[in-house]
Amino acid sequence: MESSDLMAPVDKPMADREAHAPDAFNHQPKIVLDGEGPLLLDSGVSLAPLTITYQAYGELNAHKSNAILVCHALTGDQYVGGVHPVTGRPGWWDNVVGPGRPLDTDRYFVLCANVLGGCMGSLGPQEGDPKTGKPYALSFPVVTIGDMVRAQARLLDHLGVEQLFCVIGGSMGGMQALEWASRYPERVFSAVPIAAAARHTAQNIAFHEVGRQAIMSDPDWCGGDYLSQGKRPRQGLAVARMAAHITYLSDLAFHRKFGRLLQDSREITYGFDAEFQVESYLRHQGSAFVDRFDANSYLYITRAMDYFDLAAEHDGVLSKSFHDTPVRFCVIAFTSDWLFPTTESQSVVRALNANAANVSFCEIETDKGHDSFLLDEPEFFDVLNGFLRGAAKHRGLI
Amino acid sequence: MTNSDKGSSYVKPVMSDGIRVDLRLIATLIEPGARVLDVGCGDGSLLRYLVEEKDVDGRGLEISQAGVRACLRQGLSVVQGDADADLKNYPSGAFDYVVLSETLQTTHNPLVVLRELVRIGRFAIVSFPNFGYWHCRWQLLVGGRMPITKSLPLPWHATPNIHFSTIADFIETCRQEDIKVARSYAVNQRGTLGRFFGARVFANLFGAQGVFLLATELPRQDDESRAG
Repeated sequence: MESSDLMAPVDKPMADREAHAPDAFNHQPKIVLDGEGPLLLDSGVSLAPLTITYQAYGELNAHKSNAILVCHALTGDQYVGGVHPVTGRPGWWDNVVGPGRPLDTDRYFVLCANVLGGCMGSLGPQEGDPKTGKPYALSFPVVTIGDMVRAQARLLDHLGVEQLFCVIGGSMGGMQALEWASRYPERVFSAVPIAAAARHTAQNIAFHEVGRQAIMSDPDWCGGDYLSQGKRPRQGLAVARMAAHITYLSDLAFHRKFGRLLQDSREITYGFDAEFQVESYLRHQGSAFVDRFDANSYLYITRAMDYFDLAAEHDGVLSKSFHDTPVRFCVIAFTSDWLFPTTESQSVVRALNANAANVSFCEIETDKGHDSFLLDEPEFFDVLNGFLRGAAKHRGLI
Repeated sequence: MTNSDKGSSYVKPVMSDGIRVDLRLIATLIEPGARVLDVGCGDGSLLRYLVEEKDVDGRGLEISQAGVRACLRQGLSVVQGDADADLKNYPSGAFDYVVLSETLQTTHNPLVVLRELVRIGRFAIVSFPNFGYWHCRWQLLVGGRMPITKSLPLPWHATPNIHFSTIADFIETCRQEDIKVARSYAVNQRGTLGRFFGARVFANLFGAQGVFLLATELPRQDDESRAG
């Protein structure tokens, strides 16, 4: 998810924007991880060569014990801090990652990789299929959260990081953090799943399906083959983003910012232009998104989230996913998050408690909805700081 | 119980570290390095003391967000949750000690909570305000008003306490529930504490707070002497 950015200008119509490809940028570092052979996916398909792009902030210490892996959300990317090379705006977690910030780059080595299936340089549907030389498009295999995590594990092998000090992420990033802790407990000292869940609910899947249908019903999607045909399903992807964006906020957040305010006129005009400010805002969100994201990637990543059900991998019993886990957990939820509600985080906490695991859990009071984890929430930062400091003390980092 | 432990032996509380006298007493009952769950841990003052001074593997459960945040800020492991609803999730015997200080009287179902404590912990340590304290009795008998004391500071409409008991009630409840009382203490209004055994009437009258070490089975002699 992108920062909801309620201060963004709300007057840019999307139709007359110049179409340009988000894949035109050469993302670096980009490495080929084929040392261990093809990556065997949950679907049974093997994928090679596996290319992953990532960003690193801070220095890895001599013991290689201070690495933090940030897992990004659905439409996030590896540009956590600094300036994003495609959008020219600050990284999506610039308020959390940096010197003196909760993920203090003076102390920690902070890593973030573009997920498998993504569109910022890692292997995904817009990359070239070595067999055909053309973009994979829909011939790209469906990937899962587990596949994304296995790809990240290969990146860590490559970098020589045996154990992460912390794996952290919000939303889909939180799903990856849970998957990491469950699949590789010995490689994770601490895990911070934020505004996340151990499964995608029917409602979550339903919203994703709306987005996918919007993309697939755009004629410019061309059955997924738009890149080869020099087209882009801009309208479909923008509508998908608009619908999704609503789920990242809350009723109160919308009301506070827009109310029923009109965009340009003083009175309603009895038409279907973007009269209300909220309409204009959503259209802007949609069109800005199209400039930086690939439609097929959106299909694949939403599917990966839909398939996520950690308990299902363990006979339907979530607590078995964390059997005798040595990982220190900090689970964080937000009161107004109706997309990944607190009850989902509580299920994770219950499963961890059933293992008498070392777990902290806090529900942060805020009216800003699911995207709260991207915003300046002092209480959230407080909790994050406290947990990381406590964990760092136990890890011997401070 | 050894002979020397019998009867009341009042000791001066040590308050120099700013920790509440009942919490201080609770800390003395806990072996160093033990696994401890503090139910209703508040701002984490006991938990922090135990982690720092006794090197325990400590966890907390706290209902208020402010309390949880205060704990997490100190690097403590605390879950935001409710003693009434969440204790059932913990496995049996997961902790050496489960502490419930000044919280039992705020729970909706104290009996269930009590049973859970001795299920989850090898030992449970429970402290609560004693409604049988002479000052309470006096206010009710003479003034005809609900008591307000140091351990019961709020008026009837503002108090979170919904299940009052006396030290005598508590001992009887433990007997009925087959929960063994390994040690019992009374803390008076001045913060002085005393161990009582065979002096229940006295404790129930002069103790503002009761502090109990409970077990499903009586601890062995060596456990008992270490705990002291």
